Amino acid sequence: MMIDTTFRTPIRNAHKNKIKTSQGISGSVVLPPLLSIRNLHTEFRTGRGVVRAVGGISYTVEAGETVAIVGESGSGKSVSAMSILRLIPDPPGRIANGEIMFDGRDLLILPEEAMRKLRGGEIGMIFQEPMTSLNPVLTIGRQITETLEQHRGATPAAAHQRARDLLGMVGIADPDRRLKQYPHQLSGGMRQRIMIAIALTCDPKLIIADEPTTALDVTIQAQILELMKDLTQRLNIALVIITHNLGVVARYANRVNVMYAGRIVESGSAAAIYHDPRHPYTIALLRSVPRLDRPRQDRLDPVEGQPPDLTRLDAGCAFRPRCRFAVAACAESSPALTAIGESGHAAACFRAADIARAA
Amino acid sequence: MSTSVTQLTTSPLLKVKGLHMHFPISEGVLLQRSVGQVKAVDGVDFTVQRGETLGLVGESGCGKTTTGRCILRLEKPTAGEIIYDGVDLAGLARRDMQAMRRRIQVIFQDPYSSLNPRMKVGAIIEEPMKVHGTEPNAARRRERARELLSVCGLAAEFADRYPHEMSGGQRQRVGIARALALNPEFIVCDEPVSALDVSIQAQVVNLLEDLREKFGLTYLFIAHDLSVVRHLCQRVAVMYLGRIVEMTDSDTLFDAPLHPYTQALLAAVPVPDPLVEQTRVFRPVQGEVPSPINPPSGCVFHPRCPMAVESCKHTRPEPREVRPGHIVACSQINVQQ
Repeated sequence: MMIDTTFRTPIRNAHKNKIKTSQGISGSVVLPPLLSIRNLHTEFRTGRGVVRAVGGISYTVEAGETVAIVGESGSGKSVSAMSILRLIPDPPGRIANGEIMFDGRDLLILPEEAMRKLRGGEIGMIFQEPMTSLNPVLTIGRQITETLEQHRGATPAAAHQRARDLLGMVGIADPDRRLKQYPHQLSGGMRQRIMIAIALTCDPKLIIADEPTTALDVTIQAQILELMKDLTQRLNIALVIITHNLGVVARYANRVNVMYAGRIVESGSAAAIYHDPRHPYTIALLRSVPRLDRPRQDRLDPVEGQPPDLTRLDAGCAFRPRCRFAVAACAESSPALTAIGESGHAAACFRAADIARAA
Repeated sequence: MSTSVTQLTTSPLLKVKGLHMHFPISEGVLLQRSVGQVKAVDGVDFTVQRGETLGLVGESGCGKTTTGRCILRLEKPTAGEIIYDGVDLAGLARRDMQAMRRRIQVIFQDPYSSLNPRMKVGAIIEEPMKVHGTEPNAARRRERARELLSVCGLAAEFADRYPHEMSGGQRQRVGIARALALNPEFIVCDEPVSALDVSIQAQVVNLLEDLREKFGLTYLFIAHDLSVVRHLCQRVAVMYLGRIVEMTDSDTLFDAPLHPYTQALLAAVPVPDPLVEQTRVFRPVQGEVPSPINPPSGCVFHPRCPMAVESCKHTRPEPREVRPGHIVACSQINVQQ
C-alpha cells in the first residue's frame, strides 16, 4: 500500500504530539513524507445539490520531489490543491473530511493565524493566470517585499535586497528597473517568473503550482518549466504540479496521480503511468492525444461521452459509463486505489490485473 | 513567389500573395494621429489546394489569426492578394464578399463567446441560412438544422437548448454545425480545439476529419498545438512575427525541420512519454517574441537565434524553396537539391 502511516517518535520537528512517519516498503523506518494527504473530501453546496469535487483522495509528497496531479476540467485537481492551502471559500465550499499532514502539522486543524503564516511562507503558490494573481496596482517590488515583511519581519532595505536577488534567480535582467514596474508592463512569461520569485521569497519547503504554464506559449512554457525544475532541485523544494498536459508530466514529474471525477484513479512513477497504465481512464487519456514525435495514425481514439455530473455520483465507479472494460461489479461499489506490481504503482480498478498492456 | 507553384498541377483553391496587415496605432482623443503600426502580418505567401488541410502554426502574436481573419475579410488587408478560386478577396466590395462567404466559413476557438447566449441552438444554426437566403422555408430550415446537429454528433433535441446548457465540446459541435449550414467548400478553423479537454479534443478532431472526407472540405487550420496539427494537416506553415519562416509537408516539418525557429518550437513541446523525454537533449530557446510594433532589423528571429551571423542583423531573408515543396526563410540553410 502506498499510503500507510503509523505513529512513530518525532524525527524532524519539535512538535511532540502530532508526528507521523510512514513505514517503508522494506519495513525500515524512513522520514515521514513532507506532505501526506489522507482521505480528503471537499464539497460545494450549490442550488443543484452537493458537488463532491474531491471524493476521498490520499497521496504523499516527499521532500524535494515533483509530483504531478493530472486530470481534465472538473476532475478536482485544483480543488484538492486549494484544500491543502485551505483556500476553499466557505460557503459554498467545505472540506468535509480528511487529514493533511504537512511537516508534522495537521493543516486542517491549524488555527487560521498559523495557516496564514504557512501560505506564502513554507508553502509557496503559483497560479495559472499571472495577470489575475498579481495585484495590478502594486509594483513588482512591493509585491515581493510585502511577503518578506509580513512573513519575516524584514526591514524595507533588506527586503529590497532580497527582492533583487530573487529576480536574478528567476532570470530577470535589470532588476532595479523591473522592481519599479507594474504587472501590466510585463509579458506573460515575465509575470510568471515574478510569481515564482514571490513563491520563493520565504524559502518554501513545498510549492504548489496550479497549471503554471497553461496560459503561456510553448517556448516560454519550456523556459518557465526548466526554471522551476532547476530551482526546485537546487533548493530541494518539493513541487506539486497540477496540469492537464501529459507531455509536461512526462518531462518533469517523478510521480503522477491521475484524477477523474474527484478521485485518484491511478498513481505511480511517470514510467509506470505511461508505459504500464492499468486504469482504463489513464489508458484512454494517453491514447486520445496525438503524438508530435510520430507520423499520424489513422484516427485518434477518444474517450467517448462526457465526464459525470459530480452532484449525482452513485456508489459505483464514476468512469463506468465511458469504460470499455466495465463489468457488473463496477456498478456495485467504487474500487479503492490498490497496489499493483511495481512499488508505488496503484490503480482504482477492479480489472487492473486483467488490463495490463493488452488494453 | 515562384516556389509552391512547382509542385502543383491544378490551380490552387486559395492563393495568398504578399499579404500585409498593418494596424495603425493612434494617439490623441480629438485629433487622432497615427504614431506607428503593428505589423501583424508582414508579407505572407501560401497556397491551399482543394481538399487539402494547411496548418498555420506559431505563438501568440505571430499573425496566424490575423491571416485567417484577412481571408474571411473580417479585416481588410493593407496590401497583398487573396485569390480564392480566381477572385481576389482583398479588393472585393462588401456585397460581393457576402456572396463569397457562403463558400468560406469559420470555426472559432472559444465555444463560449462565439455562440449567442440568447439564441437556441437551432436558431444559431439556422441564422446563416436566413442571412444568405439559402433556405427560405422555415420548416425546411429547422429540419436542416436538426440534420446538421446529427452530422456533428449531437442529438436533434439539442436544437431546443441554449448554449449554456451544454458542455464545451458540445458547443464546439454547434459551432461546426453552423459553419456547415451553407455547404461551404473552405473552412478557416481558428484554434477549434484549444479550449477543450484532451479527451473531448480528440472527439472534435475526429469529427473535423470525418467532415472533411464526407463533404470534400478544405481547411486552413490555425493552431498552436503542434501535435494536433501534425495529426490533421498535410502541409504546415510556421509563422513568426508576421512572416512565414518555414513551410513544407507535415512529416518533413516535424521530423526534419530546417529553420532554427521551427526547431526551437518543436524542441519546446514535451512528448507524453517519459522514456523519450529522458533521451531528448533540451535547451529552451532564450528570450521572448519581440514587439510587432518595432520588430528587429534583418531576420526577425536573429536576437533569439543560435545560428545567427552578422548578416542576419541587416538582411531580411526571403522565403526560398530549398527542396521541392520545402520553403525556408533563413540565409543559413543550404540544402543540396
